[in-house]
Amino acid sequence: MVDLSVDIGALRLANPVMPASGTFGHELARVIDVERLGALVIKTVTADKRIGNPTPRVAEVSGGMLNSIGIPSKGPKHFVEEIVPLYRRFRAPLVASISANTPDQFAEICATVSVPGVSAIEVNISCPNIEDDGRAFAMRPEPTLAVMKKLREASDLPLWAKLTPNSGEIQEVARAAEEGGANAIVVANTILAMSVDIRTRKPSLGKIMGGLSGPAVKPIILRMAYQCARSVSIPVIGCGGIMTAEDAIEYMLVGCRAVQVGTATFINPTAMLAVIEGLEQWCREQSLVSIREIVGQLGDAGDRGAMNWEGVA
Amino acid sequence: MLPPVMADRADKPSLDVIEHKALILRHESVNADYRLIEVSAPDQARKAVAGQFFHLLCPHAGGLEPFLRRPMSIYRIDREAGTLSFLYKVTGSGTRAMATLREGDRLDMLGPLGIGFSLPLNRAPIVLLARGVGLATLAPLVALATERRHPVTAILSARAPEYLMSVAEMRADGAQVITVVDSDMTSEVDRVEDLLHGLRAQGRMEALYTCGSNRLLLLAQAVARQYGLHGEVAMEQQMACGLGMCFCCVRPFQVENEITHRRVCCEGPVFPLAEAMGW
Repeated sequence: MVDLSVDIGALRLANPVMPASGTFGHELARVIDVERLGALVIKTVTADKRIGNPTPRVAEVSGGMLNSIGIPSKGPKHFVEEIVPLYRRFRAPLVASISANTPDQFAEICATVSVPGVSAIEVNISCPNIEDDGRAFAMRPEPTLAVMKKLREASDLPLWAKLTPNSGEIQEVARAAEEGGANAIVVANTILAMSVDIRTRKPSLGKIMGGLSGPAVKPIILRMAYQCARSVSIPVIGCGGIMTAEDAIEYMLVGCRAVQVGTATFINPTAMLAVIEGLEQWCREQSLVSIREIVGQLGDAGDRGAMNWEGVA
Repeated sequence: MLPPVMADRADKPSLDVIEHKALILRHESVNADYRLIEVSAPDQARKAVAGQFFHLLCPHAGGLEPFLRRPMSIYRIDREAGTLSFLYKVTGSGTRAMATLREGDRLDMLGPLGIGFSLPLNRAPIVLLARGVGLATLAPLVALATERRHPVTAILSARAPEYLMSVAEMRADGAQVITVVDSDMTSEVDRVEDLLHGLRAQGRMEALYTCGSNRLLLLAQAVARQYGLHGEVAMEQQMACGLGMCFCCVRPFQVENEITHRRVCCEGPVFPLAEAMGW
């Protein structure tokens, strides 16, 4: 029997596989047994009510998709009264996801959603900060630290900071999130991208630019997860292009304690269950007692020839 | 269509959406534009109702393309034979990949999904107004309505006579079929409007259903409003998950002077005619 459980700070998950925010809802319980997931991370709720972006909101690209949903949201009151109760019937811990346009708004919604039934809060600091000329909080360390400190004061629940890959200094941002009081970081949100329909000469998305996800992003986000895991001591949750158990194992070997699966679920609603089964199978084949044994167990780089690389003179 | 909220945790929601790799029994061209695919899917056929759709995983043409599933409305449901049919036009990478499937191959289908058509009370007569691919969506409504003893009139609109489909099948199901085409101008909106007024005068129109044309949608809305008819429209939108999770497939609707956004996949694809907005 393989022990698949992992600890994200004080929160124990039955296994390291959970949905990425925005790709999961209670609707999936019509297709799979969602009780088997490590955690249930649900759609981001914003401080304000939003209708979301104009359509088309989705475009297909090689090995992935672009989306510009724009976080349609009915606000925190609706979330607490209508959405949280929908998940009471599930055993897996519920992880809320929140976002806001200013640090103060962010702290306010963080306090509002800290209610019984919510086990942790993923703080989506990849969204634009209107007090910083629209740059995402997590693009730079200073606004990340500032907003995390306010969030930390607003809630006693575990806080997971979801970072953006659209940053040139993601390790510094990860350290700022840790210093500000995050209990874990999620690496990462989607990569800002675009595509053009040459038939109509129009951008494929109604909002012109959107987030790239799917297998196309995996090598980039894996690299970032590796860099972040080396930079912080809090758990790192890998999120980017995971389609199979093998992809999840790569993320865990570079230091991720758990993983989020998103786009894969759109193509195959059973994808997360297949990843869980694949992880268990792989552990058995590797004679591992616990999945925790592989976290960060990345071997030294280089082949035999590389051993003499610098010795040759 | 949200699953019921269970108060009792032991009472798990049913897994009512099935993913099935269905055997392809038939796959052929219907005319220059459209192809018909028939698959064996007994469990899904038993659950499916007219107006619902399946989310189809098209075979990969190379690499991971096409990447996402493609929503396709049901063209024909045969519960006894345990078969489902889809009528589609090759327009993009998804349908192009689908066209390469052969009899004996398997088609990965997720569904049935979405909310289907509803019929008025008391065997009231209904009228269908279909054009292009909308015909594929409305066709199973003919079978459903005639089975429940509603008199059905189907007005089928196409570019030219050779693009009219399903005429014989609908007549066999018991519908009165009126065909209109661009090539002789019978499909012009004011002439179709005259047809509708005529059907109303004959007592053949208590409800109105449409799909596939913006002009016909606007016409149907005006006529339904004039006579206070029950009306429904089936709509399309690009989708990712098909289950209501991703919010990619929203469309605007007008409800009591307010614009609201609804997901085509789970709040539709069939919507109240009066609330739909043209495109």
